[in-house]
Amino acid sequence: MIGPVEALLIVPAVAVPLLALITNYRLGAALNVIAAGLAFACGVALLFAERVRSELIIVDDFNIYLITLTTLVGFTTSIFSASYIAHELEVGRLTPAFLRFYHAMYQALLGAMNVALLANNIGLMWVGVEVATLSTVMMVGIYRTHEAIEAAWKYFILGSVGIGLAFFGTILVYLAGQEVLGEGLPAMSWDLLVRASPVLDARLLSLAFVFLLVGYGTKIGLAPFHAWLPDAHAEGPTPISAVLSGLLLNVALYVLLRFKMVLAANPATLNVGAIMVTLGLVSLVFAAFMLYRRRDIKRLFAYSSIEHMGIAACAFGLGGPVANFAGLLQMTAHSLTKSAIFFAVGHIAQVKGTQRIAEMGGLSATHPVLAVGFALGVIAIAGLPPFGVFAAEFTLVSSTFARAPALAVILMFGILVSFGALILRLHDIVLGEPRGPTGPVRASYVPMFVHLALVLVMGLWLPEPLVRWFNSVAALLG
Amino acid sequence: MGTLAFDIVHFLSGGMLVLSLLLLYQARIPAVVNVFAMQAIVLALSVAWQAYLQNAPHLIVTAAIALVVKGLVIPFALHRIVRRLEIHREIETVIGGGPTMLTGLALVALAILLVQPSEAGIVTREDLAFALAVILLGLLMMITRRNAVTQVIGFMSIENGLVLAATGAKGMPLVVEISVAFSILIAFTVFGVFVFRIRERFDTVDVTVVDRFRGERGEHQ
Repeated sequence: MIGPVEALLIVPAVAVPLLALITNYRLGAALNVIAAGLAFACGVALLFAERVRSELIIVDDFNIYLITLTTLVGFTTSIFSASYIAHELEVGRLTPAFLRFYHAMYQALLGAMNVALLANNIGLMWVGVEVATLSTVMMVGIYRTHEAIEAAWKYFILGSVGIGLAFFGTILVYLAGQEVLGEGLPAMSWDLLVRASPVLDARLLSLAFVFLLVGYGTKIGLAPFHAWLPDAHAEGPTPISAVLSGLLLNVALYVLLRFKMVLAANPATLNVGAIMVTLGLVSLVFAAFMLYRRRDIKRLFAYSSIEHMGIAACAFGLGGPVANFAGLLQMTAHSLTKSAIFFAVGHIAQVKGTQRIAEMGGLSATHPVLAVGFALGVIAIAGLPPFGVFAAEFTLVSSTFARAPALAVILMFGILVSFGALILRLHDIVLGEPRGPTGPVRASYVPMFVHLALVLVMGLWLPEPLVRWFNSVAALLG
Repeated sequence: MGTLAFDIVHFLSGGMLVLSLLLLYQARIPAVVNVFAMQAIVLALSVAWQAYLQNAPHLIVTAAIALVVKGLVIPFALHRIVRRLEIHREIETVIGGGPTMLTGLALVALAILLVQPSEAGIVTREDLAFALAVILLGLLMMITRRNAVTQVIGFMSIENGLVLAATGAKGMPLVVEISVAFSILIAFTVFGVFVFRIRERFDTVDVTVVDRFRGERGEHQ
């Protein structure tokens, strides 16, 4: 019997070779949407299925909602991608031959993220992140312009180095586990490692975490290791920017948190939280100031992703039920909002024929629906109520004030600085005299507004099961 | 484990480390490729020896892949690329040979200091120190060399260090095979996609030339 877990892995595995063979781009795009839709159906079915645990696969409170979120965003982005790609073909930036490759890689990315999320084996987690990285590298370079190739190259080099270091960390964790759990698969099973953690070699675990933090931290885009992120977002196709920001950063953070849980169970290890708070705050403040100097709309939101991942890392670093809850909320809200923004940005950039903010403007006069969607997205990501990002940031800041007021001040400062930059740019783009081409846009607005509606609902009311999951995961995270 | 077996493990990992240091100051690309090939062959020997010691026949596959792919096929392909692109000249470096070597030595010391205090068995521990040193030197090479081909070699030498660490960890499942399969994939991706595209567009594989086209440069006003 094939359950939803197996289906989540089989669907992309079948879709990749199939899409690579299909020459008709319309059929390819449709199949891509269908495959992503099937995966989303499996993600939803997973919510109602029995929890699974084997040496390779695990489904627990932590990953179950992330899988649903990932498959949802994967599905909506595939719909956006279909209309985006049609335009790129028209203007000749892409050829049908490249689209075969593009769709196959898109499914490979979704499949790899499912592997990373479902894995109980720490080696398999690593494989998932690695394949996801490689497939996005390919897609970032797909336009074959100078900038795209440089971005892809930079991403490849920094991403692989990060991944290499993460693998070394994984080996160290295995070595620590092997002495207690015995050789072979058990010493790589995450749940067994957590249980055995109090008796594992604390020094080896601490050393391992340093490598894992630098390694997966590169993939999360935390400040000193973020150099690849803005270029990769700006030069690749916009649907890829949406899944990079909305999903891949989350998956990397998720994997890092799994390891944090192993260390949290052993009091003799390094104080992981303090390091994560530092990196998170540095990312937040650094990215907040960088926002002011951006001239390219996709780079602007790439830096905003660094900022939000910084906030999430800071929340998880602080720990405790409330901050962890805020962190989970932040991951979810950011993922939905940022992908919605990239959907809007993709259409805006196509209409205007440029990504330079200076050449856009007056969007509300020429494309009112697009302008409303974009404005709502930016308002949400800037942390204004009543959206989900506000709920997350408010929870985090208020709980931090009670525990470490100094940190809360830095946090507030970073959030406010970035708020200023985003509102300034929003004003430039949406209001004022219309600039640049004002032609009609053939956009699929549905994915964007679905995401925005979900973020709005999150800010107003969280469904009971979600709260229960978040609470139990927040407790697990320690 | 007998003393001789222990010594051979040390000898081979030490050999890899020496070759990593050699990689750091080679002035010409063909020489870099040759030293890398030698490192891959030493890695193959080391993995084969581990396969014998741990009585783990599957490691032989890893050793064979290291030997054939990283020791023969990739160096051969790289030599062809170098000849075809006519880039066998000297490599531009960010830092000179002397400071690079000093930094390299400091990194080796750092690797030993980091791994020594752990409570892992003595053989594993020293193996890990060697592997970490190889990884850090590979990183250093990627940072100090400006050429795309040498950066790829730096990356593959990092992978060599990873395989060394993974095979030194007794009985580690799955990952060795998977990681080796990935190293092949990465290598081919790099050749197929990047080197040729960069050649196609810029008539050079010097990364600094690519740097000039950077997205935001000149936009800061």
